[in-house]
Amino acid sequence: MTKKNSSAIQRRLIPTYIFLVIVSFISVFPLYWMIAAATNRSVDIARGKITFGVYAIENFQKLASQNDLWGALGNSFFYSIVQTVIALFVCSLAGFGFELYHDKAKDKVFSILLLAMMIPQVATMIPLFKMISTAKLLNTVWAFILPSISTPFLIMMFRQNSRNFPVDILEAARLDGLSEIKIFFRMYLPVMKSTYAAAGVITFMNAWNAYLWPKVVMADTRAQTMPMLIAKIAGGYTTDYGVLMMGVLFCSLPTMIVFFILQKQFAEGITGAVK
Amino acid sequence: MSKSKKGMNIQAKQQRAGWFFLAPASIMIAVFSFYPMIQAFLTSFTTGTGVNVKKADPLFYNYTRMLADKTFQRSVGNTFLYLAIEVPIMLVLAILLAQLLNNKDLKFRGLFRTMVFLPCATSLVSYALIFKSLFALDGLINEIFVNLGILENNYNFLGNTGSARAIIIIALIWRWTGYNMVFYLAGLQNIEYSVYEAAKIDGANGWKTFWKITVPLLMPTIVMTVIMSINGTLQLFDESMNLTMGGPAFSTITMSHYIYNNAFGLGVGKFGYASAMSFFIFVLVAILSAISMKVGDNRD
Repeated sequence: MTKKNSSAIQRRLIPTYIFLVIVSFISVFPLYWMIAAATNRSVDIARGKITFGVYAIENFQKLASQNDLWGALGNSFFYSIVQTVIALFVCSLAGFGFELYHDKAKDKVFSILLLAMMIPQVATMIPLFKMISTAKLLNTVWAFILPSISTPFLIMMFRQNSRNFPVDILEAARLDGLSEIKIFFRMYLPVMKSTYAAAGVITFMNAWNAYLWPKVVMADTRAQTMPMLIAKIAGGYTTDYGVLMMGVLFCSLPTMIVFFILQKQFAEGITGAVK
Repeated sequence: MSKSKKGMNIQAKQQRAGWFFLAPASIMIAVFSFYPMIQAFLTSFTTGTGVNVKKADPLFYNYTRMLADKTFQRSVGNTFLYLAIEVPIMLVLAILLAQLLNNKDLKFRGLFRTMVFLPCATSLVSYALIFKSLFALDGLINEIFVNLGILENNYNFLGNTGSARAIIIIALIWRWTGYNMVFYLAGLQNIEYSVYEAAKIDGANGWKTFWKITVPLLMPTIVMTVIMSINGTLQLFDESMNLTMGGPAFSTITMSHYIYNNAFGLGVGKFGYASAMSFFIFVLVAILSAISMKVGDNRD
């Protein structure tokens, strides 16, 4: 392609660039504003200040002294990591079983499980609350994670991606005398690394962001998560915007870091089950 | 004979191992999804709270009450309003963005994609609170509008029905467009570039190429995003709860929010009534998903 030709193409793309710059600005600005507001006093924010200020430490100190910030952060990390680890194990094991040992009966079971995708969370909320409360698990990590460990989405994702798992490895491992469960741990796990990464990112994000269910079963302040904490700050009679945005920043930081480091895996995780 | 029997045993053993692998996940879905769904259905035929729960009389009491409940009607209306306006705008915008970002001649593609995708990294509560603060009476948007002379005085965006609903819709579009775009980008990458080259040689313009090639080839992806969006919108909760608190006067409340209020929100838990309403959402999700799938299937 000649240089002239390519500059002609670029010139024709100018409206596209303008459109994309506008959309990108709208996408990024609220997040920029949130970070800037976390460094300003509430009065300055109300006056429309959108540049960075010098009150970040003050806002942080207020946030941490008026609320159990570290407790909520710790809870969120603890619940999200436990849920991610257990969910990945349970669902990948199922995906492995459904795909590599598939027969008519198992395919039937799988298609029944898929029906669970249609069940709205709010519909099972009340019976689940009763079950968790009868089992005396309210305000424990189990209340948080139990309903979200096994999801049709994750099982489907592992099942679809298992299609690429080389059957030769399976046969070779069997000839070597490896038991079926050892095949899972020693062969399947390492080969499926990228699927685990994508599934892990999406599960962690979902767990971290969960709000409705934790609100139902984690009512105790000591058990609360970051989204619950910032919602509570915002629900107060008067809102200190600087402190609130500092809280929102702390609630968003972990998922944003995950997003920037593992964006590819996150995108794969979202679209994971569709192949 | 004995050898083949032994072979069968090994195979049967392997198949049994498969059942063990899928059992934990399957049992958990049965216990934490199917069983509660059935329980919710049974609970929807009861009235009373705590230890005084009894069978509803007449049996469909909660359902008839639901249909006559003005606030519930409002919540259904709101949810469908969000669905009807937000989902089409968002999906068209997402396809458009994916199409633009799929252009090989475009520079900074990765950067643009990251920025459009970025809102997905914020939790639902976080972005609801950011929008709430931006549109607050003393918020940035009011400040800008007043300074530009568009507004004379600060306007209570979240305190007026029309604007409060519009803000929920704007916020939803902001949060989910990039998310849906990722699906379309993945779908577009599966379309061979040569298909477009051939169309160009045949003299098809960009618009025609988009409708005749891109949209039909993306149809399965479009159907899926439509189903996901319907499912998600019917279950909206975080935004209604944190952005507007359902107000002013329940004018922006969603179905899930109203159910939550009845079950866990205000005083005594009306589990029977809340269950009836939640079963209604379940039926809606099932019907609308089935319709979308049917429409998508008729493409050829």
